[in-house]
Amino acid sequence: MDGIILAVLLVGGIGLIAGVGLAIASIVMAVPRDEKADAIEELLPGANCGACGFSGCAGYAAALAKGEAKPGLCSPGGKEVADRVAALLGVSGGDVEYKTALVHCMGSYDNTTDKMIYKGQKSCAAAAQLFGGVGSCPYGCMGLGDCAAVCEYNAITVCNGVACIDPAKCRGCSKCVAACPKHLISFVPMKPQAVVRCSNCDKGGETRKVCKTGCIGCMRCAKACEQGAVTVTNFLAKVDPAKCTNCGKCREVCPQGCITLFEGIKKQ
Amino acid sequence: MIKSLVAVFLAAILTENYVLSKFLGICPFLGVSKKLNTAVGMSTAVTFVMVLATAVTWPIYKYILEPNGLTYLETIVFILIIAALVQLVEIVLRKFVPSLYQALGIYLPLITTNCAVLGVTMLVIQKGETYASFGYVHALVNALGSGLGFMLAMVLFAGVRSRLESCDIPKSLRGLPITLIAASLVAVSFLGFSGLVDGLLPGALF
Repeated sequence: MDGIILAVLLVGGIGLIAGVGLAIASIVMAVPRDEKADAIEELLPGANCGACGFSGCAGYAAALAKGEAKPGLCSPGGKEVADRVAALLGVSGGDVEYKTALVHCMGSYDNTTDKMIYKGQKSCAAAAQLFGGVGSCPYGCMGLGDCAAVCEYNAITVCNGVACIDPAKCRGCSKCVAACPKHLISFVPMKPQAVVRCSNCDKGGETRKVCKTGCIGCMRCAKACEQGAVTVTNFLAKVDPAKCTNCGKCREVCPQGCITLFEGIKKQ
Repeated sequence: MIKSLVAVFLAAILTENYVLSKFLGICPFLGVSKKLNTAVGMSTAVTFVMVLATAVTWPIYKYILEPNGLTYLETIVFILIIAALVQLVEIVLRKFVPSLYQALGIYLPLITTNCAVLGVTMLVIQKGETYASFGYVHALVNALGSGLGFMLAMVLFAGVRSRLESCDIPKSLRGLPITLIAASLVAVSFLGFSGLVDGLLPGALF
């Protein structure tokens, strides 16, 4: 009989001590939760894509709750989420700065060639390990569709050997940016502008050998641009979307035709 | 003393690896080993809980359960203590390392019922009864070694799994099947360590 009572007392006592200890610990080390941030996080899409510039939806929600960030940075959520967040915060929604992913390569089968007959796994990441990839241009799109595979919105298709992103379907989640082993995809704001559709950093002669539309770094676009929006580094032109007024002068002078007009679309 | 501690430590990591030789704690081994940083975080938490649990359960067994003839309560008391400790670790992590707390997610509460932790606390008691000189310090070193062995297995396997990601795996084996096959191969490789510290381990040394 004594044994049973002792056992019950012992287990009960240890349980009681542990329980009281935990209760004290949870009070002493309580983490104050920001209820506003929690409510905002509920509204956000929860993709944790980082397109807003914060570390995931929780980070953006915390910044919004503190008033350090504006609603409307959430590209996947779009106008709808921005309005709801703004309503919750009691501020005006403002415009959503939509962004879309863009493939900086035009190396279709018409413009460039493959340097090997690739029969391996249908994955850019795998092919890139093999002598720098399938295409003769070491910087170009291999067209094996890693970006298309990660896109949850079916915005990416591979047509004629190059990935194409449909701006109407792109929600700006940046998954394709991370998936591309050649780092060809980046974000551009949704407005009419000139974009350089090439990522080749080799000298002009080298580039010409492998692609009909590769940027040769001739500097003509940089000289033609009155806004100073075009810069050429490492034999590759780059357009600053913030400065570009879409005057079209760089497109006219480009001998390779790798600067194209990006029209963008209106999203509501 | 030092020599026997080193022997206990090495044995706990290599020959008695809790995941790959004793097959305890397989759930986190398969669940959290996908990424290296979560694998390291999880095994750090497990190591911490193992050492802490052993530090608490050993005296309770030796000074409370054993003198009163209540050794049959070992399992339930140990589970109770481990559960409380894990809750405490969770509270502390949420306060001081929120990023690790988020990365561990559901797996942290799962340490409560992790058989590897319970296994360590019970097996060191068993060892203490087998070898007279296996004392409190040995138990703590054993627990630390077990935790580090768990971490070694997790880190090694995270590497294997990241390789598996970019492999062309037959359709019927994709996902968990190939993971289990890979785990078994890693376990077989750990068999090579058996006997490594046998000469150092017998009771004579302690």
